[in-house]
Amino acid sequence: MMQFMLLFSRQGKLRLQKWYVPLSDKEKKKITRELVQTVLARKPKMCSFLEWRDLKIVYKRYASLYFCCAIEDQDNELITLEIIHRYVELLDKYFGSVCELDIIFNFEKAYFILDEFLLGGEAQETSKKNVLKAIEQADLLQESQIEDWGSLPNEEIL
Amino acid sequence: MPAVSKGDGMRGLAVFISDIRNCKSKEAEIKRINKELANIRSKFKGDKALDGYSKKKYVCKLLFIFLLGHDIDFGHMEAVNLLSSNKYTEKQIGYLFISVLVNSNSDLIRLINNAIKNDLASRNPTFMNLALHCIANVGSREMAEAFASDIPNILVAGDTMDSVKQSAALCLLRLNRTSPDLVPMGEWTARVVHLLNDQHLGVVTAATSLITTLAQKNPDDFKTAIVLAVARLSRIVTSASIDLQDYTYYFVAAPWLSVKLFRLLQCYPPPEDGALRSRLTECLETVLNKAQEPPKSKKVQHSNAKNAVLFEAISLIIHHDSEPTLLVRACNQLGQFLQHRETNLRYLALESMCTLASSEFSHEAVKTHMETVINALKTERDVSVRQRAVDLLYAMCDRSNAKQIVAEMLSYLETADYSIREEIVLKVAILAEKYAVDYTWYVDTILNLIRIAGDYVSEEVWYRVIQIVINRDDVQGYAAKTVFEALQAPACHENLVKVGGYILGEFGNLIAGDPRSSPLVQFNLLHSKFHLCSVPTRALLLSAYIKFINLFPEVKATIQDVLRSDSQLRNSDVELQQRAVEYLRLSCIASTDILATVLEEMPPFPERESSILAKLKKKKGQSALPDIDDSRRNVNGSTEHSEITDTTNKSSPSLLKDLLATNRPRPSSFSPIMHFARTMDSTPSFTDMLSLSSAPTAGASLLVDVFSDSSTLTSVDVSEEHFPRFVCKNNGVIYENQLLQIGLKSEYRQNLGRMYIFYGNKTSTQLLSFTTSVTTNDVLKTQLNVHAKAVDTIVEGGAQVQQILNIECLSDFKDAPVLGIQFRYGGTLQNIAVKLPVMLNKFFQTTEMTSQEFFQRWKQLGAPQQEVQKIFKANHPMDTDVTKAKILGFGVALLDGVDPNPANFVGAGVIHTKNTQVGCLLRLEPNTQAQMYRLTLRTSREPVSQRLCELLSDQF
Repeated sequence: MMQFMLLFSRQGKLRLQKWYVPLSDKEKKKITRELVQTVLARKPKMCSFLEWRDLKIVYKRYASLYFCCAIEDQDNELITLEIIHRYVELLDKYFGSVCELDIIFNFEKAYFILDEFLLGGEAQETSKKNVLKAIEQADLLQESQIEDWGSLPNEEIL
Repeated sequence: MPAVSKGDGMRGLAVFISDIRNCKSKEAEIKRINKELANIRSKFKGDKALDGYSKKKYVCKLLFIFLLGHDIDFGHMEAVNLLSSNKYTEKQIGYLFISVLVNSNSDLIRLINNAIKNDLASRNPTFMNLALHCIANVGSREMAEAFASDIPNILVAGDTMDSVKQSAALCLLRLNRTSPDLVPMGEWTARVVHLLNDQHLGVVTAATSLITTLAQKNPDDFKTAIVLAVARLSRIVTSASIDLQDYTYYFVAAPWLSVKLFRLLQCYPPPEDGALRSRLTECLETVLNKAQEPPKSKKVQHSNAKNAVLFEAISLIIHHDSEPTLLVRACNQLGQFLQHRETNLRYLALESMCTLASSEFSHEAVKTHMETVINALKTERDVSVRQRAVDLLYAMCDRSNAKQIVAEMLSYLETADYSIREEIVLKVAILAEKYAVDYTWYVDTILNLIRIAGDYVSEEVWYRVIQIVINRDDVQGYAAKTVFEALQAPACHENLVKVGGYILGEFGNLIAGDPRSSPLVQFNLLHSKFHLCSVPTRALLLSAYIKFINLFPEVKATIQDVLRSDSQLRNSDVELQQRAVEYLRLSCIASTDILATVLEEMPPFPERESSILAKLKKKKGQSALPDIDDSRRNVNGSTEHSEITDTTNKSSPSLLKDLLATNRPRPSSFSPIMHFARTMDSTPSFTDMLSLSSAPTAGASLLVDVFSDSSTLTSVDVSEEHFPRFVCKNNGVIYENQLLQIGLKSEYRQNLGRMYIFYGNKTSTQLLSFTTSVTTNDVLKTQLNVHAKAVDTIVEGGAQVQQILNIECLSDFKDAPVLGIQFRYGGTLQNIAVKLPVMLNKFFQTTEMTSQEFFQRWKQLGAPQQEVQKIFKANHPMDTDVTKAKILGFGVALLDGVDPNPANFVGAGVIHTKNTQVGCLLRLEPNTQAQMYRLTLRTSREPVSQRLCELLSDQF
């Protein structure tokens, strides 16, 4: 089971955090600080897995963003790597060429998509179509009022 | 699609986020945030007519601020209000806020649960999913209490939408993890297994995780899952034509589901049914075959997904550990990955091979990759991969390759990353010990370890080398010579000085014949290091010096001069000063005989699990350590499988304390005899240094078993006349007749005890064929380990011989071991049997507590069976001081000021057994007029209360 997922930038700014185990805010901050530091210190060609405390860390960098998951001893590293990739694909499809800024300005959407994909630290729905269908249905339910503040230039993730 | 075409833009939120991003400094950011917080607070407080949109926007801003790492202490109520909004996005934001910022405020939880309840009942799948996601995200106990019984119904109801089933399954999984006691098992569990057959692969994916978790806890209830999982896997893996549509990921059919199904099967042994078993084998073979096929895509996602399934299949093969062909194929596949250009695959192959190495079917196959793994150690650029290589070398090591692997690890250690040095040191030390055929190699290896990585050599490692040298006399001379040579180096590590000091102190005499290592040379060499060492090492060296005085009378004067110098006698460190004073005094006034006895060579250490292994296990966690070949002979030449004793683990932190422990003499009455007596009473620090936690191993009871067969014992009455006298004291005479007097001195620490038995021959002729045995009955055997050291077979007229018993209390007990003695006197065989005073209360440790704590505990132990009370007549004069001394002697702390009546006695202590600790509270109320006592005992275990009451009530 995945214990948590963190998204952070090359500068070490946390962009999204999802915890599947109950921890105090203090503990969460400590873990985040420690892991961001550890992962950022690693060189590009190094392997995507590392042992950390009694967990396994699986991480991958997409453009300016690091996606970092903590899984348990029995869990499968490679499939977790592809969980990260599928999540990136979902974000990319939803936002259209997703970039870090999309996630900053629409963080709530990033959470909603994640909840459709993973729940309780396990894959709930791995079909891209089905996840996006659920999100789109929800979008249809909302008010029509949409405001636009112009597009912002940023590096694309995919 | 443009970045913001989706969702309802909240302009205010976007502006705020932009502002934050534009802040040039942390201070500016905090200022902006505080401004916003003030604004939101005033909006929430002031304007009653805040519309849903504004509320949503402000709640969202608060959430953003929280996610930036700031504390949020308001807005929860507004978020809860949003939950009951009929606008979906408002509800959604409300739920998000609650999920991220759970607050254990009970009023709020009630409101939240209410809203969730409504949404669950709404029959609107989108709303139901929101509610289920919230429960799964928060997973609190309150939510489990409220919903754990409803969710199974939603999950298995026929009319539930697929997406809701998926959420319900994982929601239930989360609740089962956090509050398993609240999730009721029942009729639904049988139906949930059948979700493995569901047409919707998303439902199967979610349900498989739930079923796996449930099956781990109750494998028997979910056995039907095996057939269904194999059938499902077989359809996914083996049928080429099946179209899984969107569940195919980069040309790999349902990789997530496949991984989960293989994982589910790892909850069970291989299927017994032949057909099922061959179907599963076919699946596994197909997965292995596919690994050899050319890739269908060059994308890394394709190979990752494919290999994820492959690794999970290999995990299952290893878990089953029953099909040699599959195991060897798995090993060969991993062997290919060891040389793969993808670092990730090399890492995982090393990791997975570690577990393969422990299977008897594949151990040899793993060994064929040794060169590759050694090469990885030298060439991998990533430390985490090198770490895996070290683990694998450790796991594949056996007698055939130990020398090479240890040599490679040692040479890697010279350049190894600091982060993994300590672990490598432990591993090398363990392998060197485990596979030593020739102990000179072992000694060389450990000294090399200290030379190369002295800072990373923990106490356990150098303790262990000393234990081994002391237990094996064939290596003692070599060890003395080798440390002597190693100490010649101008800069040697302090750990080497410790080992050197200890070994020369014990065995320096073995090399003293050579003028190059004469006693004086040895001493000067050690002393040249003295001033550079830390206090504990200096203390150890002082002990080595006093041992030298015994070994080499010719250097006595030199050493006395050193001890007498101001830097020793007036050392500011009290421990060093005390040792110097005591040792100097001892060397001046004790006769050579006494010196020889006090400073005798250390007796062999009782066999037990290597303290290093315990340390490594602690460091890595039990499961992470492949269990390498524990049935082989260990260093002490015993084939006994050494049990992993908790005691070793527990005592590790106190090693240093033991090293420094000294017994404090009373200067006024100090005499050699006193000192001698004291050494009997409580072994002096030096001898005790390494004999901590001397838990006798299973071998001890074997010894006892052999003796218990002797029929002689049964014919003798067991003397227990003096037994009760020892309840509250540890020393005294336990038995005496015209021929023999038996005295005892005992000491106990936690669950361990040591008893010194003194057999005094009262006659003027020899006692011949003198043998002793300690027997424990069948029940007691499981509760108490008693290990008796050998005793001389002849006791000279008028002489006294000593025997040592090591005692370990495993669990609480009632009976006592019996000491049987047999000897010949004047041609007749004498048999004596004595009940040994080893009682439960000996394993007490005192507990000080305040009156408040006492009564709190007293109340907690209020169940009827926990309390035992006895009213009895006084058999001795009712003297307060005598009573106090007896209660203290019983082993508990005497607590003053707890009982309102000062005439009563209150005590507290903890019984230490290997398996458990039992807290005990007692109260003794004397009634001098009636010459009666009332004794009340409360412990968490009824037999303990009973036994303690029996023992103590006899004493007054």
